[in-house]
Amino acid sequence: MDKLKKNPLSTQIDLSKFSGDMFVPATEDEKRQQDVMSESTTFFKDGMRKLFKNPLAVGSIIVLVCIILTIIIAPMIVPYSYEEILSVDGRRDKGAKNLAPFTYSKAEQQYIDKGGTRFPHIFGTDEQCRDYFIRVIYGTRISLAVGFFASVIVLIIGMLYGSISGYLGGRVDLIMMRIVDIIYSLPDMLIIILLKVVLDERLRFTPGSFLDKLGTSMVSLFIVFGLLYWVGMARLIRGQILTIKENEYILAARSIGAKPGRIIRQHILPNCLSVIIISTALQIPSAIFTESFLSFIGIGVKAPMPSLGSLANAAREGLQSYPYKLIFPAIMICLIVLSLNLLGDGLRDAFDPKLRR
Amino acid sequence: MGKYIVKRVLLAVLTVFIICAITFFTMHAVPGGPFNREKALSEATIAALNTRYGLDKPLLEQFLLYMKGVLHGDFGVSLKNGREISAIIGESFPISARLGLSAMVVALICGTIFGSTAALMRNKLPDRIIVFFSTLFTAVPSFILATLLLLVFCIKLGWLPVWSPKNPNYLLPVIALSAYPMAYITRLSKTSMLDALGQDYIRTARAKGVSRFKIIFKHALRNSLIPVITYAGPQIAYIITGSMVIETIFTVGGLGSKFVSGINNRDYTLIMATTIFLAVLMVAANLICDLLYKLVDPRIKYD
Repeated sequence: MDKLKKNPLSTQIDLSKFSGDMFVPATEDEKRQQDVMSESTTFFKDGMRKLFKNPLAVGSIIVLVCIILTIIIAPMIVPYSYEEILSVDGRRDKGAKNLAPFTYSKAEQQYIDKGGTRFPHIFGTDEQCRDYFIRVIYGTRISLAVGFFASVIVLIIGMLYGSISGYLGGRVDLIMMRIVDIIYSLPDMLIIILLKVVLDERLRFTPGSFLDKLGTSMVSLFIVFGLLYWVGMARLIRGQILTIKENEYILAARSIGAKPGRIIRQHILPNCLSVIIISTALQIPSAIFTESFLSFIGIGVKAPMPSLGSLANAAREGLQSYPYKLIFPAIMICLIVLSLNLLGDGLRDAFDPKLRR
Repeated sequence: MGKYIVKRVLLAVLTVFIICAITFFTMHAVPGGPFNREKALSEATIAALNTRYGLDKPLLEQFLLYMKGVLHGDFGVSLKNGREISAIIGESFPISARLGLSAMVVALICGTIFGSTAALMRNKLPDRIIVFFSTLFTAVPSFILATLLLLVFCIKLGWLPVWSPKNPNYLLPVIALSAYPMAYITRLSKTSMLDALGQDYIRTARAKGVSRFKIIFKHALRNSLIPVITYAGPQIAYIITGSMVIETIFTVGGLGSKFVSGINNRDYTLIMATTIFLAVLMVAANLICDLLYKLVDPRIKYD
């Protein structure tokens, strides 16, 4: 070793300057300094953390949870049903028409005076002697269910169509996207109204089947949503897939022989999940809007089934005397749509990588 | 550019044709002919009526006949009162157009003013107030807002008269109709104004000592208006559908309320004609907005 002359500019450590006892194994305490104390974060966890830091999003989650709990629990507590015409002691209560909130009709008052108990009419009653609170609750149920299932239908169709078109590319993509362009340029609301009018007349189901219980008006509502609203989702997912497709891990998966279906399901869709969640969250309020609009012009869900839109429409009749009948469903729609909008915005801020700073 | 215009116009024509086809064939899928009344007509009368209106011909030929009529402005007669539908549209559309156009103008002007103000006073009190109201109004369906306005200002306070053909008062219907587009345009123009203010040319202008007033109005505002144009097209569609409920609530005798009453009366020829008419209007509005958008912003490529 001594034969080699050390280059004066070399930075190599001269070992002769160190003695052996300077090299002792690290203690446990010292080793622990290398440990990663904080948990490793994933994209999802990071997004959730961001979401829960957003006070508006948290507030709207709380409001939505409260509404959902109410519409689940209230029908169990309130002894009336949404189509039940009120009766006292088995006799029809004709005086229970258009009662103000928390009041009783004469017959009910007599019944209570005699020692009977009567559940209060929290929102009063409507013009057909039905408890209004439970009708609003059921209306909320139906509006939320329509919004949710319509979005799910839109999501499924849009996802299938968009991912096939985006993944295959080429001429297939061109033709599929021209179809989307044409559907996209149709005025959706007019076509929805038109189809709804016709389907309500045409659809007939075998009595007793599941679809029959759901009612023609409800089924036709889902059909028109499914026919028209998927195009936006399909475009979005196709765009996402076109960018994701270029990544190396897709090439790797393809080179080891993964089939297209597997690549789409395993590699591509999870990567555009955030975009899917955000646009679904924003689809729900718009579906609720559309349903209430249709109910309002008289082609939504069929009576006696209430929806928030048809309740608001019915309230126009006695607007001067009973304004509260409009106020309750109106507040409910606004609360639901507002909190869903804010939640959607919050989700977008938290999960959209393009907005990250 | 020329190629792009031709392509867009062709797509619009195709769309209109598809709408006409959908409308015609779905309406003919409705059970029961147009002469099904409570009072049954004799077989011979129905046959005569069918021949008179060409209903005994094959469906495709009927469609071509109908299309020929539509191109000549002949939409047939209403099933309920037997009036010429073109006459119904002719008398009710001007009212709707006036209402819709005023709502659109109000929404565009107020929306850009509010949006730009919010962007210029970012995170200050006016911004907070504007953001609060624009978020709120995107969550209120127009029919609820309209009914509440009617309840408060016409019935409870009595400040404004209820709409009547002799004494038309457009104030409340316009407010109700423009609230949602206004809120949306406010949000849109706020983001595009913020975007424009962050551009390099604004900094250059400021560095050169251009006054704040001139920077805002000459440089930032003009560029921030471009995205608003693209949104104006879909907004026209919203206003047309929105005017259906607004006109019904305020009992304005426009085309929208005629359409809604047509739906409730199952007046199929009226529904068919109005759908086609409104659809053409929407497609045309979208086309104009798209072309305008390309025209004002030279940065956009024609694909």
